[in-house]
Amino acid sequence: MDIKVLGPGCANCHTMEQLAKTAVKELGIEAEVEKISEIQEIMKYAMSTPGLVVNGKLKHSGKPLPNIEKVKALIKEEA
Amino acid sequence: MLKAFSSYITYDLLGLDRTPRLADALNFFIYDTIKILLLLTVIIFIVSVIRSYFPPERTKRILSHKREFIGNILAAFLGIVTPFCSCSAVPLFIGFVEAGVPLGVTFSFLISSPMVNEVAVVLLWGLFGWKIAAIYMGTGLLVAIGAGFIIGKLKLEKWVEEYVYQIKTGQGQVAFSQRFSERLQYAKWNTADILKRVWLFVILAIGIGGFIHGYVPQDFLVRYAGNGNPFAVPLAVALGVPLYSNAAGVIPIVYALMEKGLSMGTVLAFMMAVTALSLPEMIILRKVLKIPLLAVFVGIMCVTITAVGYIFNAIL
Repeated sequence: MDIKVLGPGCANCHTMEQLAKTAVKELGIEAEVEKISEIQEIMKYAMSTPGLVVNGKLKHSGKPLPNIEKVKALIKEEA
Repeated sequence: MLKAFSSYITYDLLGLDRTPRLADALNFFIYDTIKILLLLTVIIFIVSVIRSYFPPERTKRILSHKREFIGNILAAFLGIVTPFCSCSAVPLFIGFVEAGVPLGVTFSFLISSPMVNEVAVVLLWGLFGWKIAAIYMGTGLLVAIGAGFIIGKLKLEKWVEEYVYQIKTGQGQVAFSQRFSERLQYAKWNTADILKRVWLFVILAIGIGGFIHGYVPQDFLVRYAGNGNPFAVPLAVALGVPLYSNAAGVIPIVYALMEKGLSMGTVLAFMMAVTALSLPEMIILRKVLKIPLLAVFVGIMCVTITAVGYIFNAIL
């Protein structure tokens, strides 16, 4: 599974990355969490950061951040 | 009721005398703290619910291909209710431009968003009364509309980095629909989050008001930046531009400056300069704006904020 966290690198994006990593661990799945901070790359998916992309599909974008349960559910949808 | 409660704590629970300054100050402090925190909680909650209806994608659609002026006004107002994380400024800018939002209209949005928001308005309301809060909000919107409109008229599109026009946004248009209960949940979460970040500043500001009130000698700053000095406003703006803080963080400083006897217009101009412009923000915007446009942007902002400061000082 391929998970991307979109964000130029502020506190919110960092939180999102942590959420994704925790979710992967708690779900016990094989997945690579990749942080994307290149603007051009982010814009391919979404305009508002932080964003969460699972298997190439945008699952969340912008504020407010989803909570850990929501992140797990979003990842599971694509699993 | 709140007044009775804070009197109870001060005079009965802590057994302080009614006359001395300290007791009065403490009474005032407890009353104001509770009042402002309650006010903040209620208003942030309401705004958060409204905000959940205006994700940036929707705002972008509303503003796309809008005529100038009308577009600037709309953008300034949408800036209040559209949530976006400060580091989203660049992707947001690109997304807006790509969707056909005029450059000046995009600027109106980017200016109003950090400067005019519910936290700033509630804090000004609680500390200085609703008139000051209304004037701040009104003039903040005017600055955003005016500065954006001028930038639009100057036709500066050539000073936007070329790559901005080449980026094609992908599937970012997905609308994440929410049930009303989810919106309320978000509002609750968001209110707690904002309160967690601002409560200390609120207490600091009220503390300055309650305890330093009357003790501070009105000397140094007043001599150099007081009413008599015609350069007080530009000086305050020049000091405020490089500094970065959100509205809550600057409030204690604003209170202290007022206590030092600076006039309202000067202080509010300072507050606008701090929240609307900052060095880190310019560095971020440099990724999409060439230096001349960045300079024009900062220049126009300084001029309009200074003008607002003078107008304030003249009418208040």
